[in-house]
Amino acid sequence: MRPSPRSLIRILVPVKRCVDYAVKIRVNAQQTGIDTNVKHSMNPFDEIAVEEAVRLRQKFTSKIEQVTAISIGTAKSQETLRTALAMGADTALHVEVPESGSETLEPLSVAKVLRAVVAKKGPFDLVILGKQAIDDDYGQTGQMLAGLLGWGQATYASGVELDLDKGWADVTREVDEGSELVRVRLPAVITTDLRLNQPRYASLPNIMKAKKKPLEKLTPQDLGVDITPQLEILKVEEPKKRVGGQKVKDVDELVEKLKEAGVLPGV
Amino acid sequence: MFALTLRRQLHRSLPPLTRGLAQLTQTDIDHFLTLLPPSSVRASLAPGTSTPADLEGYNTDWMGKYIGGSRCVLTPKTTEEVSKAMGYCFERGLGVVPQGGNTGLVGGGTPTGEDQVVISLSQMNRIRSFNPSSGVLTADAGCVLQSLATFLASEGYTMPLDLGAKGSCQIGGNISTNAGGLRMVRYGSLHANVLGLEVVMPDGRVLNGLRGLRKDNTGYHLQHLFVGAEGTLGVVTGVSLLTPVLSPSVNLALLRLPDYAAVLRVFGKLKHSLGEILSAVEYFDETAWAVVSGDGAQGEEVERQVFGAEHVPKGVNMLIETSGSVAEHDEAKLSSLLEELLEGPDVLTGSLAQDETQLARMWELREGIAEACGKAGKVYKYDVSVPIQEWQNVLDTLRARAKKSGGRIERVVGFGHIGDGNLHINVVCGAYGKEVEQLLEPFMFELVASKNGSISAEHGLGVQKAKYIGYSKTPLEVELMRSIKHAFDLKGIMNPGKVILPASEVVH
Repeated sequence: MRPSPRSLIRILVPVKRCVDYAVKIRVNAQQTGIDTNVKHSMNPFDEIAVEEAVRLRQKFTSKIEQVTAISIGTAKSQETLRTALAMGADTALHVEVPESGSETLEPLSVAKVLRAVVAKKGPFDLVILGKQAIDDDYGQTGQMLAGLLGWGQATYASGVELDLDKGWADVTREVDEGSELVRVRLPAVITTDLRLNQPRYASLPNIMKAKKKPLEKLTPQDLGVDITPQLEILKVEEPKKRVGGQKVKDVDELVEKLKEAGVLPGV
Repeated sequence: MFALTLRRQLHRSLPPLTRGLAQLTQTDIDHFLTLLPPSSVRASLAPGTSTPADLEGYNTDWMGKYIGGSRCVLTPKTTEEVSKAMGYCFERGLGVVPQGGNTGLVGGGTPTGEDQVVISLSQMNRIRSFNPSSGVLTADAGCVLQSLATFLASEGYTMPLDLGAKGSCQIGGNISTNAGGLRMVRYGSLHANVLGLEVVMPDGRVLNGLRGLRKDNTGYHLQHLFVGAEGTLGVVTGVSLLTPVLSPSVNLALLRLPDYAAVLRVFGKLKHSLGEILSAVEYFDETAWAVVSGDGAQGEEVERQVFGAEHVPKGVNMLIETSGSVAEHDEAKLSSLLEELLEGPDVLTGSLAQDETQLARMWELREGIAEACGKAGKVYKYDVSVPIQEWQNVLDTLRARAKKSGGRIERVVGFGHIGDGNLHINVVCGAYGKEVEQLLEPFMFELVASKNGSISAEHGLGVQKAKYIGYSKTPLEVELMRSIKHAFDLKGIMNPGKVILPASEVVH
């Protein structure tokens, strides 16, 4: 039985603290991951998610009870949560994970934690998060969460039209062939793509207000979630450097070069 | 006046060849080809095979305002090559124009006559050495500023100067113009950071002053004469530079204030509250915001995003950057100051960059002003030092004057390094023209002189302001400068027609 549309909507926005977009990613010396001793900031796709949630808040005003930002990570994740609060989120939840655990945190574990949060701190009607994190590019958390919750999902959103009376969202999705329009009933999971919006900067008045906004701390244990990784990363290495190409003067030379490279079938 | 009649045409026709310099001949090209590899000699005079179009980049300045007609450009790779070329030019009495990234704003890097030889330092771009414990960097003069900053970042250091032209300007040119830039308020001028120079003298002898010593009081500090000499005393080929540690914690705040009076009050508080971590303080008014982010609705859209608010009150802007070693400490200092300012009437709103992308975008709002003005029309640039209390007065006076241009002046854009008292004014017009020029000059220079200011805070005199030196320097000072010029450059071949002119050509 589908739950009937509620009168006051609550939005959950998971945000991840990852390597800053402007930083050049390098593989660490042990080849087990990337060098994390660099500038970190909020995952840009999650910034878009926060922005969308805040815009919905501004559009639907009294129909939206609150926007909650949540981050699963080390103590430093609180900086990211403060940014979300400064952008306009109302409250924040920090699920703290120890330093050692954070490096092996997987999308499935994150999705399990989010499911537990929805159950314990809910109800939530909408979970909006970035389509992927720019440091690991997994792109799985939103989809796994929807599966675990048994909710509908609309991923790679480049447009969101919420109809709170009807209890659904019309989401334009970015797909390989162009865009696709889907209607998903609430509660739902939406993952954001680049063209959804242009996130606002954190204004000083909001940064000041954010200091007074509640930030609650939890652990995976409090939520009864085991975040032991299922995957073991064997090796991380940089892609092979591209070798320079060659210019050929005519088709004959092209065919000759292709033959030399052994890529012509039957030759 | 004689000097002003020279600047009549749209494409500036430049002052006549300084008396006594030689004419460029085929023999000279032949000789250069024996001193340098053929790839380092670009000549449109036979036996050179370049066309004038090939040399256009070297002959035209960044603004498209100063166009020279040199027919020979040399691009040496080593100090020795520069020395041999200079030695020959000295013997022959050929004018020489040293050129770096060609991003200068007063026509100091482009030739003023077709017999002048351009020596471009672009091919001399090696980093010679870096000492990670002292932070002393030794590099060729042709190194691009940004590439030096990138190299230093990998060592945990940074360049002591930063400016909008960083992707093209070269350290030799920065030194020759004593470039100021955005971080002078924190790291001081190049005079403070240049520990030594390698310079090829006008007669070809190599002055090797690259000792990299912090303290050396053994005689006159010659390197300081070359810093800011704009290539008129010799060719800078190498530098020993003190570089600061790269701060791990950087914060950037953009503020919107009701008016300039508020800016002055806030600036006073900044120095006291943030003193040791302040690394840049910039001012740009409403006209600058409009030109860089767009007029009307377009500019308002940028405002909404960058100030993070639906409705942003109109006003003027400040950019404040802090650089320190411990993030929490800096944030605490900045936070408590901003809170105090927000509660008062001086700051209407503002925002704080949350990541590197936002940081770069906010800087673009300030660094992109000059280029935006260039795209909006033809620009008359004024780069002046006046006490910051006088800035609004200067802008108001100039704007009142601009009303007399019959619409030729479209915008008077004000912005600057309020941290070190350097105001930039870009007067944007539909076209360059005599009427506007005569309206602006010497009016601007007289206005600045009346405030005991400098008519060229950081851009230099070049060709544009050489004749106005009297507005900022006394006759005795200029006389002493002429003696130095004569002592270093006996035949007057170094960058003729720039900076120090004969007495007859200077406006009194």
